[in-house]
Amino acid sequence: MARYFLTRLGSLALSLIVASLVIFAVIEVIPGDPASFMLGLNAAPETVAALRAELGLDGSLTARYLSWVGGLFVGDFGTSYTYRVPVAELVGARLWVSLPLTLYALLLSTLIAIPVGVIAAARRGGPADYGIMGATQLGIAIPNFWFAMLLVLVFAISLRWFSAGGFPGWEAGLWPGIKALTLPAVALALPQASILARVMRSSLIETLGQDYIRTARAKGLSQRQAIVRHALRNALIPVMTIIGLQFSFLLAGAIIIENVFFLPGLGRLIFQGITQRDLVVVESVVMLLVFAVILVTFLVDIAYAAIDPRLRRGGGAR
Amino acid sequence: MRRLPGQLWLGAAVTAVFVAAALLSFLWVPYAIDGIAIANRLKPPTMAHWLGTDQFGRDILSMLMVGARVSIAVAVVAVGIGILLGVPLGLWAAAHRGAWLDELIMRGNDLIFAFPSLVIAILITAVFGPSAFNAILAIGIFNIPVFARVTRGGALSLWTLDYVLAARVAGKGRLRISVEHILPNVANLLIVQGTIQFSLGILAEAGLSYVGLGAQPPTPSWGRMLAESQTLISLAPHIAIFPGLAIVLTVLGLNLMGDGLRDHLDPRLRRLR
Repeated sequence: MARYFLTRLGSLALSLIVASLVIFAVIEVIPGDPASFMLGLNAAPETVAALRAELGLDGSLTARYLSWVGGLFVGDFGTSYTYRVPVAELVGARLWVSLPLTLYALLLSTLIAIPVGVIAAARRGGPADYGIMGATQLGIAIPNFWFAMLLVLVFAISLRWFSAGGFPGWEAGLWPGIKALTLPAVALALPQASILARVMRSSLIETLGQDYIRTARAKGLSQRQAIVRHALRNALIPVMTIIGLQFSFLLAGAIIIENVFFLPGLGRLIFQGITQRDLVVVESVVMLLVFAVILVTFLVDIAYAAIDPRLRRGGGAR
Repeated sequence: MRRLPGQLWLGAAVTAVFVAAALLSFLWVPYAIDGIAIANRLKPPTMAHWLGTDQFGRDILSMLMVGARVSIAVAVVAVGIGILLGVPLGLWAAAHRGAWLDELIMRGNDLIFAFPSLVIAILITAVFGPSAFNAILAIGIFNIPVFARVTRGGALSLWTLDYVLAARVAGKGRLRISVEHILPNVANLLIVQGTIQFSLGILAEAGLSYVGLGAQPPTPSWGRMLAESQTLISLAPHIAIFPGLAIVLTVLGLNLMGDGLRDHLDPRLRRLR
């Protein structure tokens, strides 16, 4: 296990290094230089020069990369050009919207998908299975931002159960906060729940075909008992991996959904950064999101190996 | 010849309708989409305008037909990039299994997989400017590892088969075996994967143009039509509903076609379904 852990840790570090290099390179290859890009065509040369100095653009490429990465290590993400405050401060405030939203959606997706997948597998070939498979096929095809708009149309505009957007802040209380995140979380969760339910279904069907389940049934267990006592636990292993991977889809998906609901999260921050050409913000927020995704993938790999010892041999989950 | 599964027919028919609409739009659309007729704005569906009109009085059906071009073109080219670069990489990696280049290609693939593709696509389009071309690039890059992995996976098992061994004994080189024997046998896998990536490409393009990073005005695109309809959704729900339905139906058609093709081409998978 120790060796497996170290291998995964090594690839985590490598992924992060490559990710930071790629993001840094994309920002570097901007036509002209970042300072003139950020200020636009009509900027006075002195202003550009001042920004160049502020961003440290006069240093060498290596020096700039190292100072950026070094800063990330100690939580210094640079200073936003438009807001004139440290990016870490901007990110910190918005993380309290994006992270709860992502986790809320992940929870919903799991709570919906597992029972639905189990029912489909248990009633394989029956009308319930066909209905569920049809619904999940549809769920996968619906873009989450369009689903979000439909939810607004029905639950905010027609029924007035929820507000159409905005976030009151957690200081307004837990319930108003959760209420404001409910429609966005449902919109995010639906396509992921569809995928997860399908994974749950095929995993359980495969497990139910195993010899030990037949033995359990021969022993006199009903199908329900066999599923609950024996099959479900094993069938959940691949489902867990997918849940881990969905974190990254949901976090990235939140970027778009936040824009539908005008939520002050990281997604809004990125797009404000893009429209205001505030590259310091864009670069750091993107790096942060990539970091979160790579970290979660790593944790899932480790958890997976802890549950299923077969994977520790050979050093990889492939 | 086995009977083709019903979902394959259904999926292919739906996809064909959208492709045909996109192609037809080059020759004919019900109404010109560059004319603004404010008097005619936000009209619900009527006999004259089957899907109603938008906030500028433009015919939504015509907009959707022209918008289909962008969606389909972006997704097709992005799949093309994935196949052109990913398949040779996968073939090479399988032919040199275990060599350092195989390791490099596969680890590189893992890295790209670990990236949240949407975030990187946003970064690319933000830096290089929003356009359909950059959207293709951003989506296409993430198709490369998908095709490399599928090709390698399929090819690895083929390399252990007797007829490949016979070809090696006959003196054929790895490149020639890859092209003559491996590629035709992984083609089925590639067709199925291509359909899936095509549908994901349509969704990705819609997402990018929804946030303003895809095709730019005046070129209509489904995603931007949705973005523009957002503030008017309570006044005229139809302008948000039809572009969304177009995306859903296209993606659904492609997914059904992909599932059907997979079942048809690889009957072993049917056990699980």
